[in-house]
Amino acid sequence: MTSPLLEVENLRVSFPTHSGRVEVVKGLSFTLGRERLGIVGESGSGKSMTGRSILKLIRKPGEVTADTLRFDGIDILDQSEKQMRAVRGARISMVMQDPKFSLNPVMTVGEQIAEALVTHQKLGRREVQQRILDMLHAVRINDPERVAKLYPHEVSGGMGQRIMIAMMLIPEPELLIADEPTSALDVSVQAQVLDIIDDLVTRKGMGLILISHDLALVSRYCDRILVMNAGRVVEECAAGQLEQAQHPYTRGLLAAMPVIDETRDELPVLDRTQWAGT
Amino acid sequence: MTAIDLKNLDISYGDTKVVHGVDLAIAEGESFALVGESGSGKSTILRAIAGLAPDWTGSISVLGQKRSHHVDRAVSRQVQMVFQDPYGSLHPRKTIDATLSEPLAIHGIGNRGERVEAVLRQVGLDQRFRFRFPHQLSGGQRQRVAIARALMLEPKVLLLDEPTSALDVSVQAEILNLLKRLRREQNLTFLLVTHNLPVVSFLCDRLAVMRQGRIVEVADVAQLKAGRLSEPYSQELLAATAG
Repeated sequence: MTSPLLEVENLRVSFPTHSGRVEVVKGLSFTLGRERLGIVGESGSGKSMTGRSILKLIRKPGEVTADTLRFDGIDILDQSEKQMRAVRGARISMVMQDPKFSLNPVMTVGEQIAEALVTHQKLGRREVQQRILDMLHAVRINDPERVAKLYPHEVSGGMGQRIMIAMMLIPEPELLIADEPTSALDVSVQAQVLDIIDDLVTRKGMGLILISHDLALVSRYCDRILVMNAGRVVEECAAGQLEQAQHPYTRGLLAAMPVIDETRDELPVLDRTQWAGT
Repeated sequence: MTAIDLKNLDISYGDTKVVHGVDLAIAEGESFALVGESGSGKSTILRAIAGLAPDWTGSISVLGQKRSHHVDRAVSRQVQMVFQDPYGSLHPRKTIDATLSEPLAIHGIGNRGERVEAVLRQVGLDQRFRFRFPHQLSGGQRQRVAIARALMLEPKVLLLDEPTSALDVSVQAEILNLLKRLRREQNLTFLLVTHNLPVVSFLCDRLAVMRQGRIVEVADVAQLKAGRLSEPYSQELLAATAG
């Protein structure tokens, strides 16, 4: 427990354009232990790119550089594709945004979850089957035997997302990156899915990076929050202290959200010119 | 006068009935919200009023006139719809000017150039956007264009299907402010579909909670703000929002 699970220092991600390389992540640094970290920001703030670069999922012509990008002592940038395959899924896994596009439409749910497991471990058929049913049960799917035989188009969005979570958690990774895991879901289902993630993460002592644009949601499910804007961290704070955030961008985001007992006649709007230079 | 009056409305897609016996009266100038989870039939009601879901029984009246089952020009003049996804609801190969002029051409209204200029001003878009294509605009700007298109025929009623759920919070604030101002200036009636209760609290006067094609509760927005919704399902939705 002495050395952090993940160390990131001066992470930069850039893509070429007609007018030279554009940096979408500009010198990000943070460390993560076995805790829950939230990364918040609007579209284009570089939060998803941060998540992807940790798994080395940024393809050419995109370019990732960092002074340090170390997961449990392994230098991620030094790893070959083959070595990365032993890390992805097994030790770090990622839940994507939309189950409609992230599940394989021609494989049953059970086969897909089994694939995630047997890629990394040699297990007997009966044991695999048992682990799948246990995992589906853990993500609160009521009749796992039936669901395991279904195809992705036969399940609802919320169930699809729970299946994705099952698939990502079955190899028992040490770090889970959840990139907008609930933005394609209904409000009533959102809370359920996040509760499941939260429960499993706490029970297994995993690290969690929750990437979202929803400040309220992140503050509810994380210990620590990084607020990103235009590729930089503008503010870092404990989740409970979000209300006392100092940076004008964070304050702007908080104020722009309508609340349930709204009394304001007009919502304050971010003055984008203020950050255009950064 | 009632802007929209639904009586014993059943709506089906093919053999599946998705809305069951809905009765609803929305007064002129009112802002009314339909909330509920996906598949509860809230968008389908909007589509039926707009003439996009023709397979219904019961009655739909708009500003006192009974609506027919097919697309009806007289109704289109009075009722317009704004869709959820500004990336999918604008024709990618038409300029903003062409998109905004089309309803005028269909209804044989002249003076198109000036009307387009005026509506762009109303929704807070600079005139330089007029001859651009949708892909050159941001999500928030596109949603402004979609609202402008709905306003071209100077309708009395706007049907808004999750108008801000595809947008960032700060852009959502801009669009909500815009809708509120337009409603005040033009005395519009809103029928809004959303699953975001804080948005209802900001923009609406009354709401109906829907579940599995039925309205379970109609409440005042004051009740929502005070957290005093009576049905257990409404309370569940409220709890999910508040955490």
